[in-house]
Formats: sequence, C-alpha cells, structure tokens
Amino acid sequence: MEPMGKVLAITPEKCTGCRLCELVCSVFHDGVSNADRSRIKIMKWESEGLYIPMSCQQCQDAPCMMVCPVKAISRDEKLSRVMVNHDICIGCRSCVAVCPFGAMNFSAIDRKNFKCDLCDGDPQCVRFCDMKAVDYVEANRVSILKKKAAAEKISVARREAAALEREM
Amino acid sequence: MALNRKIAYIDLSTGKIEIRPIPIDVRRKFLGGRGLDAYLLYNHTKKGCDPLGPDNTLMVSGGILTATLASATARTHVMAKSPLGGLLGSCNMGGFFAPELAWAGFHHLVIKGKAEKPVYLWIHNGKIEIRDARGLWGKTTTETQWAIREELADEDIKSLVIGQAGENKVRIANVMTGIKNSGGRTGMGAVMGSKNLKAIAARGTMDIKIAYPKEALDYNKRFIDQITSAKVNQTQGALGTPFIWGATNSWGGVRCRNFQYNQELYCDEIEPEALDEVCAETMGPYHMAGCFGCQVHCRAKYKIPTGPYAGVYDEGPEYTSQGAFCGEPDCRSIETLLTGNHLVDQWGMDNLETGSLISWAMELYELGILTKKETDGLELTFSNDEALLEMTRRIAFREGWLGNALAEGGIIASEMIGKNSFDYLIQVKGVSNLHSDERATPALALNIATASRGSDHLRSRPAIDLYHLPVEVMRKIYSNPVPYDGPLSSEHTEYIGKPWQVFWHENCYMAVDCLGICKYHTVFLGATLPNFEDWTKVLRYNTGLEFTPREIWDIAERCNMIERLFNLREGLQREDLKKGDMLNHRYFDEPCRRGAPDVVGRVIDREKFKKMVDELYEYKGLDKNGIPKPETLKRLSLENEPAHLV
Repeated sequence: MEPMGKVLAITPEKCTGCRLCELVCSVFHDGVSNADRSRIKIMKWESEGLYIPMSCQQCQDAPCMMVCPVKAISRDEKLSRVMVNHDICIGCRSCVAVCPFGAMNFSAIDRKNFKCDLCDGDPQCVRFCDMKAVDYVEANRVSILKKKAAAEKISVARREAAALEREM
Repeated sequence: MALNRKIAYIDLSTGKIEIRPIPIDVRRKFLGGRGLDAYLLYNHTKKGCDPLGPDNTLMVSGGILTATLASATARTHVMAKSPLGGLLGSCNMGGFFAPELAWAGFHHLVIKGKAEKPVYLWIHNGKIEIRDARGLWGKTTTETQWAIREELADEDIKSLVIGQAGENKVRIANVMTGIKNSGGRTGMGAVMGSKNLKAIAARGTMDIKIAYPKEALDYNKRFIDQITSAKVNQTQGALGTPFIWGATNSWGGVRCRNFQYNQELYCDEIEPEALDEVCAETMGPYHMAGCFGCQVHCRAKYKIPTGPYAGVYDEGPEYTSQGAFCGEPDCRSIETLLTGNHLVDQWGMDNLETGSLISWAMELYELGILTKKETDGLELTFSNDEALLEMTRRIAFREGWLGNALAEGGIIASEMIGKNSFDYLIQVKGVSNLHSDERATPALALNIATASRGSDHLRSRPAIDLYHLPVEVMRKIYSNPVPYDGPLSSEHTEYIGKPWQVFWHENCYMAVDCLGICKYHTVFLGATLPNFEDWTKVLRYNTGLEFTPREIWDIAERCNMIERLFNLREGLQREDLKKGDMLNHRYFDEPCRRGAPDVVGRVIDREKFKKMVDELYEYKGLDKNGIPKPETLKRLSLENEPAHLV
C-alpha cells in the first residue's frame, strides 16, 4: 500500500511548554526570533499546568481552501499539506475566520496570512522537540500508535484485576 | 537584532522614562544580563543609600542572547543594593519573562525613585507605560499575573511580580514570574515593594534578527543533543532538582536542624522518587515542564495530595524547598513540603531564606534564647510542621514579634533578638546559606564565603568537585580558556587547587549570566557541558558578534570585578562576619556528626581556609584585604569607573 504521506502527530500530555518549537519555527521561516510569527503555538492553562501545541492539521477538505474566493489555497498531495499561493492571495482573511483550529494566522507585520508548511518535509518543531510531543509520522500510523497506547492501559488494568482476583 | 534592544531608565518618583540604545563598545565590555546590570548598579546607585529607599536602583534584564537560538535563554536577572546585607543584591530566574521583554524591545530596565501609589509597568513593543496598580495590591503572585492579563486583555503577557511579602517589604521577599519561577535571593521583592512597584508586565512582537539562521539552528540542535545526553540532565528532566537534595543527603552534605547535623535520617517520604510518585499520581506520567526553549525540563508539576490545600496546583518543589521545609527544620512530611512550597510561591518569599531563618529560630528556641514571649505562644521546636507553616505566614505578613523580626532578615533579626543569637545564624554577607553543609567540601566552603551576593551556590560553586573526576579530565576543563598548570585534586575534602576551580567557575557562571542562559547548560552539574568555546559560536551565529573564548573570560572577570567594587564601596571587609568573605564559626569549630566515613568529623581548617582565600584573591588580582590592585583595574579597563558609559 502506498503511504498516504506524513502528518504532524501531536501528543499534548508530553508537551513541557518550553516553546522551543515556536522559536525555531520563526527562525526557520523568517530568519528572526519572534513567537508571534510561529506557525505552531503552545496554548497554555498555566494555573493547571496544561500545555497544548496547536498547528495546522492539513485537512483533506480544508475549510480555508473552500472559503478562499480567489482559489489561492490548494492541497499539495506530495507532502500532504495545504499551501497558500501569495501571488494570488488578496489578504481577505476569510481563511483565518473559517479555520476551526485557529491554525491560519495573519501577520500584522507582513500583512498576509501564514500557516504551517511542514518545512517542506523536515518540520523544525519535530526536529527540536526532545519529548516528541510533536512528531512527524505516516498518517495511517497515528491511530495505530494510539491504539497501542490505549491497549497498554487495558493490559495493565487486566493484570491488576488478575492480581486482585488471586488475592481474593 | 538582539543588539538593538534598548535600556530604559524609569524614574518612578517623577514618571520620567528615557529609552537609550546600548552602545556596541559597552556590549563588548559587559555583554548584557547580570554583567551589564552590575555596571549599571555601580554607576546609578548612590553610595550608602538605603536599600529600601528611593535612591536604590533596581535593574531588570535579559542576557545578550535572550530569546535567540542559544538554547535555554530564559533567564531574567534582577539586581539592586540588597536589603539583607547592604551589599550586592542579585537574583536570576527562569520562565518566560525575559524573552517577552526582549520581544518588547528591551534588554535592560533601570528603575529609580518611588511611586506615590502602587503602580505597575506595562512594556509593549518599544513603549513603556506606568499604570495604576492599586487594584492589584494585596494580591498573590499568580492572582496579580492573571489580573494583569485580564486588564490588558492579552493572555500572552508575561509579568514579573511581587506577592504580599514584597508589598510588606519583607527583606526576604522574592520576585516571581509564572507559577513558581522565582528570583529568590537577596530580597529583590522588598526593593520592588519599597518602590510601590507591584509588577512589570511585558508583551512583544518585535523581530529579533538572527545573524546566521541556518548555522544557529544547526548549532542549537548540537547544543541540545550535548545537553540532553548528559546523564545529570536526564535525571533532572525526570526528577527535577530534588534529586540533588537526595544525592547530597545520602553522603551527608545537607543541613539538618539548622546546622546541628549534616544529614536528614528517616526521610523516605521526601526523597526525590517519593515526590515524583505524587507528581505522577496527580499530574500523570508526563509531569515535567520546561522554561523557555529548554529541553532539560526540570520543573515538576504537582497537586498537593492531602491537607487543607489538597488539590491545589503548583510547581517544583526544588531542592531548596526540600531543605527549607524538610531538612533544616527536621520535618519529614510531603504534605508540609508541598504546602510550604506553595505558600512561599503565592506570597512571594524566598523559600531558602524562609526555611533557614525559621530553622535558626527553632534552634534559638530550643536553646532558650527565644521563648514563648517572642514567638507569641508558638511552640517553635524542630519537627513541628504546624509551627513551621504558621511562622512562614507570620513572616510574609509581619505578624507577631518574631514574624516581624525574621521579616527583617537574619542580620537585623539577630540584633533584635540579641544575646548570642548571631553565632547560630548560618549566613554570609547577610544572606542565609543554601541547605547544604560545606564542612566536608573546602571548595564549596570557599565558594559560599566569597560569592558576590552572599552565601550562594550559583555564583562560583565547583559542584563537579564532588564527582572525583580524574585530574587529567579536570585539567582539560580548568586550563581553558586561560592556561592553568597549578595543582588540582580529585579529592573533595582537599584544599589544594580549589581556589582556581572557584575562580574558574566564578567566571564561567558570570559569562552564563551575561548571555542569559541557564546554568544547567554549562559546567555546573555536568562536566561535559558547553562553555567558553561554544559560547563564541552561539554569539556569532545569533548576534554576528565575534569573540574569542579568552575575550568572554575577560568580560566575565571584568563583570565580577565590578560586583566586587560595588561591595567594597558598600563596606565589604575581608573577615567581617556580616559583610565579609567569611564563614560562621561553626564551620571551623563543630565537626560533622553524620554522613559517609570521609565526612563524619570534618570541619573546615581555619588556616587552610585563610590560605585558600589568599590564593583566590591572587587569581582575582586583589590584595590581601580583598581590594583590587591598581594594575588589575587597569588590566580590566576599570580604572576610570564609575565612568557612566551607560
């Protein structure tokens, strides 16, 4: 079977909230350090210790693509990503409004939208995330990995239940 | 780019704000961060000023590499004349404040005067506004931060704040950012409180241009691999700093019952693994958090499991909390530890000073120097968890006679208590010692005695001296970037070679503090970690500035000398017990009672200690009294200071 392409796989509970991904994203794309330019952003609930990395999901039926009045947004099937052609884009921000994840950004500095482009196949957020809270894996592997993690929990629970039965 | 970040001079009395660039020749002399702060302190503070008066000047800064790709450039530095010892006040903390300050356009703030009413500073993309903080007064450190975000309607604001302790000018009050990142030492929170300055809020979206982005990214990756491959950092990343307390306690290197013992026994409940279990139970298997850009992630997340604060979220506890709420007062309950840690975080007080001073008072109480009259009826004995937490509260709010006395810090409290209470106070330059016991480790004893901000492990501690590294390995570390062919010893109980190690680490740590990076990313706990040579590269790739390793060393030496000049101007004298490079007599007179066989019975040898100080002075270019020789000042281009370059 042909692999369907790699995707960013985010495991929020592994995120330490360090925001190195935001830093390297802005340096890689713009040559500057500025978290405001990052395509990925760690959403934080600091008073509960919750950190959730948010980035573009590269949707199959991407709302941003559908809403674009000038067809500036298209899917690049080779890298499984959604791309903006800034030669066509008119900067109306419809895509920003419609994205269900808030992953389409608008830069007040450059006056244009920007989004994750998977760094052309070598996502820097993944390269620098030691925890692998952000990973880059084949799309069909994501659910397998989650199945395995969930199954592990079930097997632990079963072992504990068996141990309890023995004790009884 | 990083080099166009500015200095803002803010006068809270007049409301006048001046913004100036940092000239490149000043960068080449002092880099930034703590080094440049020291220069600003020496130049902008009146000799002999009241630390809690309007003439004291408060510096807040990031390093020259803050928010760049130098790896873990999270550190914020705060400096002023200390209300504890009347000498150098300086603290340094992680979190996310300094990067935000840099993105907002600033590297250094110089804050003078005193606001008429409570205010906070709002720093946003090159602009600074002084705003009313009357509504924030009385709030805890986290309440203050969330309230500022709400008022300014921006969730991404990062603030440096004080809690109630700072407002009450408690001299051991800290400054805080986030849940638990604290600039704890030397009472900088009291200085902020004395200026009616409740908080500094920053938010910025200004680009910091990276000179060579590709090289900076690649080198950062290398740096991180080097740092995360060190075993010590992997352990830090799993257990946090409590692992250090556990390891140090195992051989008898921590203070217990103030300074009566050097090891805590029967303390399974507060060992690092036990703490980790509580974190895992309350926060899940991945419960470590990181400061800005750091892959060590040494900050544990937890919820207090039991007691009146059950279910409350906090972070830490660091090993200073283990010392403060366990080892020193001889308490062994995880509930006390996690609760105490939470309370000092909320009220904004240095956990280290809190635990040290209360344990000192406990010893005085058991000796009869303090009685129920001074404690207002409190049974202030060792191992009394309730009394420990109650006393913590009384200090923060200056309640009761003793609460108010301890809120003045050790030196003034000892004068208020009188009798021979001072003899039992474990401090240097008015600053309580860490919860470590240095009687078996002369190198570490020399470090705390001579550290510029008082008894402290983060200014010159050769911590790797405990690893018994082969001399060849030590030679490799300690003869760069300046040649050293004197003696070195792998034995931690030895005195030879130690002064050079202290001198080397003093310069290493100063360089780190000027760059704005964390000490876990250099030769502090890991012998294999980056230092001078690596910094030339991160400086070049991120800022475009070219330095040799030797030049960075020289800058560090210069900055350390500025701190020395400040301390001398404010009254440092070599053997003065309150303002000198001197240890409490108990280091020399009372042998260690517990610990490993090579630790039991150890004291610091007075004569050998004196010789170590002599030798260190020689390396630093000081005379026998600790005063810089004219040729030293000339060599470091400091002969005309204060010259007001900035």
